Amino acid sequence: MAEATPKPDQLVQIDYRPPKRDWLEPSAEFRKGTFCYSALPKNLQYLDLPNPREWQPFDKDWKLPENWKEIILKGLKERVEKYRSFRLFMDICVRCGACADKCHFYIGSGDPKNMPVLRAELIRSVYRRYFTPAGKMFGSLVGARDLTVKVLKEWFYYFYQCTECRRCSVFCPYGIDTAEITMIARELLNLVGCNINWVLEPAANCFRTGNHLGIQPHGFKDSIDFAVDELEELTGIRVEAPIMKKGAEVLLIVPSADYFGTPHYYTLLGYLVLLHETGLDYTFSAFASEGGNFGLFTSHEMIKRLNAKIYQEAKRLGVKWILGGECGHMWRVMHQYMDTMNGPADFLEVPVSPVTGTRFGHAASTKMIHIAEFTADLIAHNKLKLDPRRNDHWRVTYHDSCNTSRAMGILEEPRYILKNVCRNFFEMPENTIREQTFCCGSGSGLGTDENLEMRLRGGLPRANAVKYVKDRHGVNVLTCMCAIDKATLPGLLEYWVPGVEVAGVHELVGNAIVMEGEKRTTDLRGQPFVEEVAATHA
Amino acid sequence: MKATYAAVAVCVIAAIGFAAGAAPPLQFVLGAIVPYAAIAIFLAGIAWRMVRWARTPVPFRITATCGQQKSLPFIRHAKLDNPFTTAGVIGRMALEVLLFRSLFRNTKSELRPGPRLVFGEEKLLWLGAIAFHYSFLIIFLRHLRFFLEPVPGFVTALEAIDGFFQVSAPVIYLTDGLIIAALGYLLLRRFTNPMMRYVSLFTDYFALFLLLGLAGSGILLRYFVRGELLPVKQLAMGIVTFSPVVPAGISALFFVHLLMLSTLIAWFPFSKLMHMGGIFLSPTRNLANNNRAKRHVNVWNYPVKVHTYQEWEHEFHDKIVAAGLPLDEVKNG
Repeated sequence: MAEATPKPDQLVQIDYRPPKRDWLEPSAEFRKGTFCYSALPKNLQYLDLPNPREWQPFDKDWKLPENWKEIILKGLKERVEKYRSFRLFMDICVRCGACADKCHFYIGSGDPKNMPVLRAELIRSVYRRYFTPAGKMFGSLVGARDLTVKVLKEWFYYFYQCTECRRCSVFCPYGIDTAEITMIARELLNLVGCNINWVLEPAANCFRTGNHLGIQPHGFKDSIDFAVDELEELTGIRVEAPIMKKGAEVLLIVPSADYFGTPHYYTLLGYLVLLHETGLDYTFSAFASEGGNFGLFTSHEMIKRLNAKIYQEAKRLGVKWILGGECGHMWRVMHQYMDTMNGPADFLEVPVSPVTGTRFGHAASTKMIHIAEFTADLIAHNKLKLDPRRNDHWRVTYHDSCNTSRAMGILEEPRYILKNVCRNFFEMPENTIREQTFCCGSGSGLGTDENLEMRLRGGLPRANAVKYVKDRHGVNVLTCMCAIDKATLPGLLEYWVPGVEVAGVHELVGNAIVMEGEKRTTDLRGQPFVEEVAATHA
Repeated sequence: MKATYAAVAVCVIAAIGFAAGAAPPLQFVLGAIVPYAAIAIFLAGIAWRMVRWARTPVPFRITATCGQQKSLPFIRHAKLDNPFTTAGVIGRMALEVLLFRSLFRNTKSELRPGPRLVFGEEKLLWLGAIAFHYSFLIIFLRHLRFFLEPVPGFVTALEAIDGFFQVSAPVIYLTDGLIIAALGYLLLRRFTNPMMRYVSLFTDYFALFLLLGLAGSGILLRYFVRGELLPVKQLAMGIVTFSPVVPAGISALFFVHLLMLSTLIAWFPFSKLMHMGGIFLSPTRNLANNNRAKRHVNVWNYPVKVHTYQEWEHEFHDKIVAAGLPLDEVKNG
C-alpha cells in the first residue's frame, strides 16, 4: 500500500456538500491516488489505436491531435446514430436524482460529479450544445457547454472513475445505464488516444498471447501442470487437465487470473476437483486462455476483437459446447455480446450435462454455460458426494459481482451451491446484494495501485456490508465469482475489515467434494480441516 | 439563480397571456392561432423524436437484470424483473410505466460514524412522482368535457370519483390539490436538497414552474374567478372542429391558462418531458434477457481485425513444441 494512502478514519471524513461553482465549469484535479496512469504507446501501437505517445493525465499538454475536437464530435455523432441506448440516455434524463447516492464512488468520495446523473451530464452537456436545437440556441441556460480541453480532461477523470457496475441503472425510472454512457465516453476518449495502461496493457497482451497477463503457451502449460501436481499433493489423486485436446466434448474458458493469481488459484483447484469427479471430457486452450475481456473497457470494437478467439478455438478443437469459469465482466461479454458479435455458433451443440442429462436450453444459442449452472445442476441431481463440514472453518458470505448480477442475473445458483457445500452461510444486508450489490470499486480496469485511494473509497460500501456480517455473525470469508473481485477485495477488506478472506465459490466446492479414493486432511489452501471432519476422512 | 430565471420566464408567459387575453383583438391569437401552432409543433416534434429514436439501431441486447435469470428448473426465475419472454417484457414495462417500479426501489444511503453505511426507505420521490403523473392524467381526462359533445360517460364518472369529497360547491377535485402538493414537493426537493440543487438545470425548474402555473391558473379559474363555462366550451369545440371562434365573455385569466398549456405542449418534444415516449424504447428495460437462448442481431456488425489461431501458432510455434502442446493438425500434416 502506498505511503500516502490515508487511514480509514481519515478517509471516511467525507464532505457531501457540493462546491460553490456551477458543475458546467469543468473540474478535474489529478490528485495522486485518484486516477490511473496513461497507456504506454507500445500498447496502443500493438492494437492499432490512434495517437500513441508519452503523456500523463497530470501533464498540462495532453498532446492531442490537432483536430481532436472534430474527431470527438464526429465520433459522438456516429455513436448517437448507432446506439439507441446512447441517444435515448442523452435525451430523456429528468435529473430526478434517484441514482445519486447509488454510486459507490459518490458514497465514498462525496464528489457530486460521481453522482451518475452528473457523470452522464458531463457528456450530455456537450451533446446538447452540438446536437440539440435548444442547446445550440440557449447554451448554458439549458445545460449545454462547449467541448474544450478542460472538458475532455474532466471526461477522462470521471469516466475512468466509473466501474460500469450498473447499480444506478437498477434505480433509474427510465433504465438509463451509466455503464453504456461510460463505455461510449471511453470509446470517444480512445479516438484521441486518452486511455489508461491498466486497461490497454491487458488488452494488448490478450490480443497477442490470448490472455491478459501475457502468459505464453509454455507458461500456460506450466501453470496448469503445477496445479495438477499441487492437487495431487493435497488429495493423493492425479487429475487430468488436457490442453488443446481436439475432439473433447467441452472447452473450458477461465479468466487468466485463475491460473496465475491468488486466491483465484484455489478456485482453479476447485474446478479440477469437480471436473475430475464428474469425468467431464473437457479441454483448456492456451490460445483461448482468457475469458475476461478488457475490450469491454475500451470499445465495442475491441470487445469483438478480443472475444473472437473463443468461438474460433471452439470450432478448431471441435468441441460440442463451452463451459465458462468464475468471472464477472467475462460473463457480461459472453452473455450479452459474444453471440451478437462473433456468432452464430451453429457449429456447436446445445449444452447438455453428460452427468445429469440436463439440457441447458437457456444457452441454446451461445452454447456456453456458467460453471455455477453446471455445478448447481449436479448438486440438484445428487451427483456429487459432498461433505459441507469440510468448510466448517469458514463462516461464509457471498458477494454478487456487478456484471453477473445486473447483466445476467445469476443470483441463486451460487447461493444454492454454497448452501450445499458449507454449513455457515450468512447474507449481507439486502440493499447490498443481488441486483443491488455494490461494486468492489476496482472493476472496468481501474484496479491499479496508483488509483488506490479512489478504489478504497469506492469499495467502502461493499466493505461496510462485509463488516456488518463479520461483526454480527463472525464471517471470515467473502466468496464471489469474479476475478477482479478476487484480485482486489483482499486488499480492500484488509483496509476496511481486517480478518476476512476472499474465496471463489468453486474453492469451497473443491473442499467439500469427497473424491473417489482421495487422501485429504486439508482444504485446497493446505489448511487442516477441523478435527472432527479430519477424523472421518483420514 | 436558475430557479429565478425559470420563475421569471413563467411569469412573463403569464403576463403575456393576461395582457393579450384582456385585449379582444389579441384573444384570437391566443385562443386559436397559438394553440394550433402548439399542437402542430407538438405532433410534428413528437413524431420526429420518436421516429428518430425508433430508427436508431439497438446493436446489443443490454438488458439490466434486476432479479434471478431463467436457468435451471429448480431455481425460481424472476419473470418480471428479469424477463425471458416478450410477455415478461410487457409485464416489466407495464410495471415501469404504470407503477414506476424502478423508482419504487429507491433508498437513501447515509454514512454514520463507525463508519456505518445505512440504507433507509425513500419512497417520497416515488409517491410525489406517482401523485403528479396520475393527477395530471385525471385532470387531462376531465378536460375532455370541454372538447367532446356529448360528454362521454367515463369523464362524468371520473369527475364523480375525483370529486368524491364533496365539501363545497363547486365540487373540489382531489387531483387539484394533489397535483399542487406533488409539484410543490418536487420543487421543494430541488431547493432544499443541496445535491439536487446542484444538478438542477433551468429547464428542470421551468418545467415545474410551468406545470404549477398551469395547474394554479386552472384552479383559480375553477374555484375563484368563476366565469361562464359556455364560451370556453365553444372555444374548445371550435379548436377541435377546426372552426376556431373566440366568443366574448372569457376572462383574461383563461388565456393565461391556455398560453401556459400551449407553451407546455410546444416545448414538450424538445424537453426532458419526452421521457414519456422514451421510456418505452429504453433498451435496458424493454428487452428480454434471453441473450444466450436467442441470437440478437446487430444490423451494423462489421468485420474487425482479429488475431487468428494460425497467427498465434506461428508466433509461438517453438514454445508450443517445447511445451509438448499439440500443433494444429492442418499445419502439422
